[in-house]
Amino acid sequence: MEARLSIQITVNGKTVSDHVEPRTLLAHYLRDGLGLTGTHIGCDTSQCGACTVLLDGEPVKSCTVLAVQADGTQVMTVEGLAAPGTAHPVQQAFQEMHGLQCGFCTPGVLMLSTWLVQQHQTSDLRHIRESLDGIICRCTGYENIVKAIARAGELAVDEPAAPAASQREGVPS
Amino acid sequence: MTQPVVGSRALRKEDVRLVSGRGQYTDDIQIPGMLFAVMLRSPHAHARIVHVDTSDALRMPGVVKIYTGQDLKAVLPPVPTAWIPPDSDLKMVEHPVLAYERVRYVGDGVAMVVADSREAAEDALEAIRVEYEPLPAVYDQRQAIGEDAPQLHEDAPNNVALHWTVGTETEDTFRTAEVVVRQSFRQQRLIPNPMEPRSAAAHYNPATGEMTVWVTSQNPHIHRVLMSGLLGIPEHKLRIVSTDVGGGFGSKIACYPDEVLVAVAARDLDRPVKWTESRSEHFLATTHGRDHVDEVELAGTKDGRVLAVRVKAYANMGAYLSTAGPGVPTILFGLIVNGAYDIPQASSDVYGIFTNTTPVDAYRGAGRPEATYLIERIMDSYAAAIGMDPVELRRKNLIRKDQFPYTNPFGLSYDSGDYHAALDRGLAMLDYEGIRREQAALRSQGKYIGVGFSTYVEMCGLGPSQVAGAVGFQGGLWESAMVRVHPGGKVTVFTGASPHGQGEETTFAQIVSGRLGIPLEDIEVVHGDTHRIAMGWGTYGSRTTAVGGGALALAAERVIAKAKAIAAHMLEIPDEAVQFDDGRFHPEGRDDRTVTFAEVALQAYLAWNLPSGVEPGLEASAFYDPTNFTYPFGTHIAVVSVDTETGEVRLLRYIAVDDCGPAINPMIVEGQIHGGIVQGVGQALYEGALYDEDAQLVTGSFLDYTMPKARFFPEIELDHTVTPSPHNPLGVKGVGETGTIASTPAVVNAVMDALAPLGIGDLSMPLTPPKVWAAIQAAKNLKGGQAS
Repeated sequence: MEARLSIQITVNGKTVSDHVEPRTLLAHYLRDGLGLTGTHIGCDTSQCGACTVLLDGEPVKSCTVLAVQADGTQVMTVEGLAAPGTAHPVQQAFQEMHGLQCGFCTPGVLMLSTWLVQQHQTSDLRHIRESLDGIICRCTGYENIVKAIARAGELAVDEPAAPAASQREGVPS
Repeated sequence: MTQPVVGSRALRKEDVRLVSGRGQYTDDIQIPGMLFAVMLRSPHAHARIVHVDTSDALRMPGVVKIYTGQDLKAVLPPVPTAWIPPDSDLKMVEHPVLAYERVRYVGDGVAMVVADSREAAEDALEAIRVEYEPLPAVYDQRQAIGEDAPQLHEDAPNNVALHWTVGTETEDTFRTAEVVVRQSFRQQRLIPNPMEPRSAAAHYNPATGEMTVWVTSQNPHIHRVLMSGLLGIPEHKLRIVSTDVGGGFGSKIACYPDEVLVAVAARDLDRPVKWTESRSEHFLATTHGRDHVDEVELAGTKDGRVLAVRVKAYANMGAYLSTAGPGVPTILFGLIVNGAYDIPQASSDVYGIFTNTTPVDAYRGAGRPEATYLIERIMDSYAAAIGMDPVELRRKNLIRKDQFPYTNPFGLSYDSGDYHAALDRGLAMLDYEGIRREQAALRSQGKYIGVGFSTYVEMCGLGPSQVAGAVGFQGGLWESAMVRVHPGGKVTVFTGASPHGQGEETTFAQIVSGRLGIPLEDIEVVHGDTHRIAMGWGTYGSRTTAVGGGALALAAERVIAKAKAIAAHMLEIPDEAVQFDDGRFHPEGRDDRTVTFAEVALQAYLAWNLPSGVEPGLEASAFYDPTNFTYPFGTHIAVVSVDTETGEVRLLRYIAVDDCGPAINPMIVEGQIHGGIVQGVGQALYEGALYDEDAQLVTGSFLDYTMPKARFFPEIELDHTVTPSPHNPLGVKGVGETGTIASTPAVVNAVMDALAPLGIGDLSMPLTPPKVWAAIQAAKNLKGGQAS
C-alpha cells in the first residue's frame, strides 16, 4: 500500500483535513471517507455523470478526479445544495417536473443543472439537451430532465437561491 | 377535498429524499467492521479450469479470505431457475455459484476475494493465478444449435435448452393463401444498464441466526425464497432489504451468485460483507436482454386481410438459465405474436439455445417487444407487398371495439379497448396526409423522411397465480397489501410490490388517500423489506399498480368497512346508515353529526366502547389475485429523416397515444412512457451487444455501447385514450413497458419507409449510420448497375 498524503478540502462549506491514498478517487473519498453517499458511482469510464460534483464551482465527474487533486478546493455535492427542510430551485424544479425516477443519476444531474442555472444556460431546450451529453439517465428518457432544468432557470430568476451550503452540517472532520 | 387525489399530478413523495442525496441504495450501506468482496471473473468464453492458485493473493495486505468454486461446490447448491415452461423439455443444467471445473462465458465467476477494503480486494484479485485450458466457444445461437458446435452442458445435447411450440394449425392456410410474406428479424442482444450497478451487503448474527441481505432486487421476497434454499437459512431468519433501488429493467429480477456469495462470506467470517459491481462487470455479469432470430411468415389476402402468422424463434439463453430466463422467449413472447390484430390462426415454435455468453433474462418488455417487433414489421412488409397503405392495413385488421373480450389464437383473452380510436388520435396529432405530402416533396429534392407506425398491444399485470402455475412460473403472481391505521389517524401502507423508480410510494398513497379521505402526507408506503412485509412477488411485467394496487384497494376497503362499524356505534346509528366521504363518517343524508377518520382510529385502539364482536385495532391485509392479465395498447408514430450522405437517422417527431386505463398519477404515467420510448428507440437506433469470434464481449463499457442521450431526441408528444380493464379493481392496465414495446418497430418502420424508394426492404437493428450508409450505397450501386 502506498503512503497516504494529507489533503484539506472544503466540502459543502465545511473544511476537512484527512490522509488519503494517492489513488483514492474523489468520488470514493466523498462516499467512503466522508459518508456523503448522495454522490453516486454509475460507471468506471467517466461516461455516466452520476458522480458529478461542483469543484470550485465547475461541474466535474468526481470519479475522474483524485482526492489529492481536490486538495485546497471547494467541493459541493448534492447534500450541500440546500439546508434540510428547504429546497434549492433545481431540487424544486426536478420535483415539480418529475425530472427523476429511480433517483440514481439524479445527484449528478442536479449538480450539472445547478451550474447550467448559474451560467444562465437554461432558456433554450435544444441547448439543454446538448449540455446533457455527459449524463446518462436510463429512466426518464431525458424529457422531464430537460423541462426541469428550464423550470429551474425560471425559479432561480423568480426567487433568490436557497441558503448556501456553508450552513450545512453533517460532514465529519 | 376540492380535487380528487386519484388522477392528480401529485408530486412524488420519494423525491424529497432522492433530490437531497438522502436515499439509501445498497452500496450506501456502511456497517462498522464491514469487509469488501470482489469477484474474479473468467476472461475466457469457454475453458476448463486446470488450477486456481490463491497463495500469493492470500498473502496480500488486508486480504481476509478467498473462496473458489472448489471450496463451495460441496456446500452450496447450484443457482436455480424459477421458470419451467411446460412441455418445453427444459434442460435444468447446473449453474454453480462459482465455476469449479469449467467456465462457460466471459464473466463467469471463478473466485471471490474478501478483504478489509475494496482496493485491497482488487489488488489481491490480480494476484490470483488461474490456469485455464481454453475450449472452442460459440456465441451465436444458430451456430450453437447442433452436434458440431462446442457443447456447453452434457445434459443439453446440441445446446438446446428448450423447445416449445404453441398455437393453431396454419399449414393449410399458408398453402392456399393469395399472399405469403416471409421475413427474418434479428433481435439484437441488449444490455440493461440501470444506472445503479448491482450490489449486495450481508450481515449475519450468529447468536440469533438471523441474516440480513441488502440487495438491488426488484423482488426481495423472490430473493428470499431462492436464497433461503441456497443458504439453508429459513425464511423467518432471512431478511432481504431492497428499499432504494436505482432502476432494474428486468436485470434485478434474477437471483445471482454474487448476493449468495456475499451472504456466505458474512456468515463464514462473522463480519458484514459488501460487494458492488463495476459498470464493466455489469456488462459482463448482469443478465442481458432479447437476442432472438425470428423467422416470420404471414399469410393474407390480396385485399389486406391477415389470415395467419407463424414464427420460428431461436432465442439465445446464454451460458446458464437465469431465474426467469426460460419464460421470456416462450410464454411472454410466443402467446402474443398476433399483436393487436384479429388473426384467426397463429403459431410459435421456439428454441432456447445455450451459448458461451452472459445469461439472458427479462429486459423491459421481456418477450413482448420481440413479438411486437415482428408483427409490426411484417405488417409493413405485407402492406408493401399488396400496395396498401400501412395505416389502412392496420385499420382493417385491428381488433374491433365490439370484439372484446377478444380471444387470440393462443387462448389469451384481451380485456378491453378501442384500438382504432387510439390510431385515429395519433393520426390527427401527426397530420398524416400532410406528412405524406411533405415526404413526396422532399423525395423530389433527393431528401428522405419516413413515417412509421406501431399499433401495439401487450399483456402485462402479471398474474393471476393459476395461470402462473399453468405456464410453469415457480411462484404465485398475486400481490399483498396491508393498510395500518395508527391511533393518531396516520397510515402506513405495506406492499409486496417493490418499486425501484416507478413512484408507487406516491401512487399507492394516492389510492389510499382517495379511499380513506386523508391527506397524502399522512400516508407512508413501505416496500422492499421482507421483515416488514409479509410476502409479495415484486415489481416487473408492469404488474405493480394493476396487482399491488388492486390488493391495496381491497385492503383499504376492509379498513373502511371496520371503521364504518365503529363509527356507527359512535354515532349510535345502524351500520348501514353510515355514510363515509372525505374522511368523515355521518348519518346518510345528514352532516350535522360527524366523526372523523382520526376519531374512529383512536377509538379503535382505545377500545373503550367498541360494538360487540368488533376487535380492537384498525388495519387490514389483502392478498389479491387478479382474474387475468391486462392489455394496454395504443398507437406510436415516429417521423425520421435519413441523411443519405452519412447514413444518420434523426428522429424528427415522436407521437404516442397510449391506453393504460385510468391514470392514478398522469405525471408519473407520462414519465414511464417517456423513459420507455427512449429505451425502445435505443434498441432501434443505437444499442447492441457484440461478441467477437472468441465470444469476447466487444461492447463492454459505455465507451463502446451507445446509450441513448438527451441530444438524440425531439420533444415527445403524448396523448391517451382511457379504457378501464375489467380485470382489477382500479381498472388500470400497466404502463411500465409500453413505451419500450411500441417504439422500436415504429422507428424502424419509419426508417424503412424513408428508404423505400431506394429499394431497401429491411435492415437489422441497431440502425447505425455506417449500416444505413452501406445499405444506401449498395442500393445505389445496384440501381446504377441495372441502369448501365
